[in-house]
Amino acid sequence: MTASLMGPPDPSGRFGSFGGRFVPESLVPACGELERAFAEAWGDPGFHAELDAVLRDYGGRPTPVTECRRLSERLGVRLLLKREDLAHTGSHKLNNVVGQALLARRMGKRRLVAETGAGQHGVAAATAAALFGMDCLVFMGAVDMDRQALNVFRMELLGAEVQGVESGSRTLKDAVNEALRYWVAEVEDTHYCIGSVMGPHPYPYMVREFQRVVGTEARRQCRELLGADPSWVVACVGGGSNAAGTFAGFVDSGAALVGVEAAGGAAMGHGVPGVVHGMKSFLMQDEAGQIAEAESISAGLDYPGIGPEHAHLAEVGRARYEQATDAEVLEAFALLARTEGIIPALEPAHALAWVVREAGKAIALGDTVLVTLSGRGDKDVAQVRELLS
Amino acid sequence: MSTAPARLEGRLESHLRHRRHEGRKLLVPYVTAGMRPDWLHVVRAVVAAGADAVEIGIPFSDPMIDGPIVQAASHAALERGTTPAAVLEALSGADVEVPLCVMTYYNVVFRAGTRRFASSLAEAGVAGAIVPDLPLEEAGEWCADAGDAGVATVLLVAPSTSEERAARIAARSRGFVYGVGRMGVTGERAQLATSALEVARRVRRVTDVPVCIGIGISTAEQAREVCAEADGVVVGSALVRRLLDGAPADEAAGFVAELRHALDET
Ligand SMILES: Cc1ncc(COP(=O)(O)O)c(C=O)c1O
Repeated sequence: MTASLMGPPDPSGRFGSFGGRFVPESLVPACGELERAFAEAWGDPGFHAELDAVLRDYGGRPTPVTECRRLSERLGVRLLLKREDLAHTGSHKLNNVVGQALLARRMGKRRLVAETGAGQHGVAAATAAALFGMDCLVFMGAVDMDRQALNVFRMELLGAEVQGVESGSRTLKDAVNEALRYWVAEVEDTHYCIGSVMGPHPYPYMVREFQRVVGTEARRQCRELLGADPSWVVACVGGGSNAAGTFAGFVDSGAALVGVEAAGGAAMGHGVPGVVHGMKSFLMQDEAGQIAEAESISAGLDYPGIGPEHAHLAEVGRARYEQATDAEVLEAFALLARTEGIIPALEPAHALAWVVREAGKAIALGDTVLVTLSGRGDKDVAQVRELLS
Repeated sequence: MSTAPARLEGRLESHLRHRRHEGRKLLVPYVTAGMRPDWLHVVRAVVAAGADAVEIGIPFSDPMIDGPIVQAASHAALERGTTPAAVLEALSGADVEVPLCVMTYYNVVFRAGTRRFASSLAEAGVAGAIVPDLPLEEAGEWCADAGDAGVATVLLVAPSTSEERAARIAARSRGFVYGVGRMGVTGERAQLATSALEVARRVRRVTDVPVCIGIGISTAEQAREVCAEADGVVVGSALVRRLLDGAPADEAAGFVAELRHALDET
């Protein structure tokens, strides 16, 4: 059964019953063009060679897997971290944007438009645009611009234009709406560089493939370190790209796969199936189908939906989706800093928080646990200082 | 997908075909339901001013094909507690003499269930539905359920749609074909885009179902211009802006009367 999991979706872009392409007619041809361009590039060894070279020589891949000795001792489990915080720009987001920017260039597009929550995807997109000489416009919710002010400045330093979004909840979901609206008007010369495994087909598939490198590397590194696969593979889930990339490397292993959502943005935890942002997936919404506003300290997980492939992995029982509260996350954030000298981003601190809570409970003492540390915490330090004072 | 079911015109389409046959250009104003307390009064007023059908927006939290004006109206409607059920209940007692066509996003339909939503439209006397984030490839289930309930599903053709694809869309569309006048979201524009005329011509070449152009038609002059090629127009943001600005219903209807007058002169 697992052999067919995390392969290509069906021709309609579905993983099981989730996914699809729910976009206005204006965008249907562009999605089709992108689907064909990606299929062609992904089958081209030359494209892979170029992508791999940029990720290695510019992006700093492969990122290491670090064994956490002090924290492992404290928790009673053997904890390993896949260190995406050490990739250029400080998160896994670069893997995806380099892939999409190379693809956009192949397609003759001159401009990248992106949405961002925490600002990490926006920074990565701005970075790739600078590297390849493209224009970059980033939509960001006004609430997020406040709490991630440093990342706004980073994007501007990198030459991108950041446009604040004042509609709706003024966070990630509204930034996605605004980016889609912009794309409809400028689709001729603009590529919409979506930051996670969400949106209309082929995005959920394409972004997972660009993030697969995380799981492929980690599987090999775990084998070298442990001589075996870990018993648990845990990653945080906003849209779900670092989790999807990680899971793709382990889906055919014996490891239990766990995605950890923010308790205030738990699409799997609190949602029901629905359709928004071009995809059918689990969504937090009310009885009438109005999308709910997520609420989390982590701007990157402050999203009421989840990538459709995760909904499928949950439905078939190959992955499970858990939650961590803001308070647990702040504790795990500080704990990793003090015990290992690593300040994590608030997003992967959710994955850590679940491991901290469940070590000796759901996770048996002595088990090996791989957590994808999807990003570093520099962007969150000012916000955490305020929260703790 | 290629074998269209036996063509059942339905009430919306036969009405519009009949009016077209009389030599009349079709005028379809758009009003967001619940955007202000007197919205139903506005609907009646625009019908009296010469609308051939009215598009009624059921507000959605994340209206991705709408620009700032319709977004603001949707937001105001939701703030006022507007629900799909309340809109349909109001419409069922509306008693207007032209067909009504709702416009909403697919999650509203999907949440209710396609079958249930279709029958609730039919019960409310609604003749058609426009679901702009449901393109041809995803529309099968909804179109079937709507068809069973006697509700026409109006599909969209955009400037980016090829003629071959436009033909397949037109074969599935009921009521009319909604020609998207320009690449972009709903909103007022100073000038008619040349794409509006091209879309009208493209749809005309592949079907005799009425084609109405919407998105970016904001003035009487633009409406007249585009109707050189199209059977009619959908006018949304230009009307909704007046309503957001607080224009009384009869003043908003005055704008619709102006559009009517311009179209009758062509
Ligand atoms: C460090 C980090 N991890 C995770 C995420 C969430 O994204 P995803 O679920 O796609 O990995 C973000 C988003 O901003 C992020 O910055």
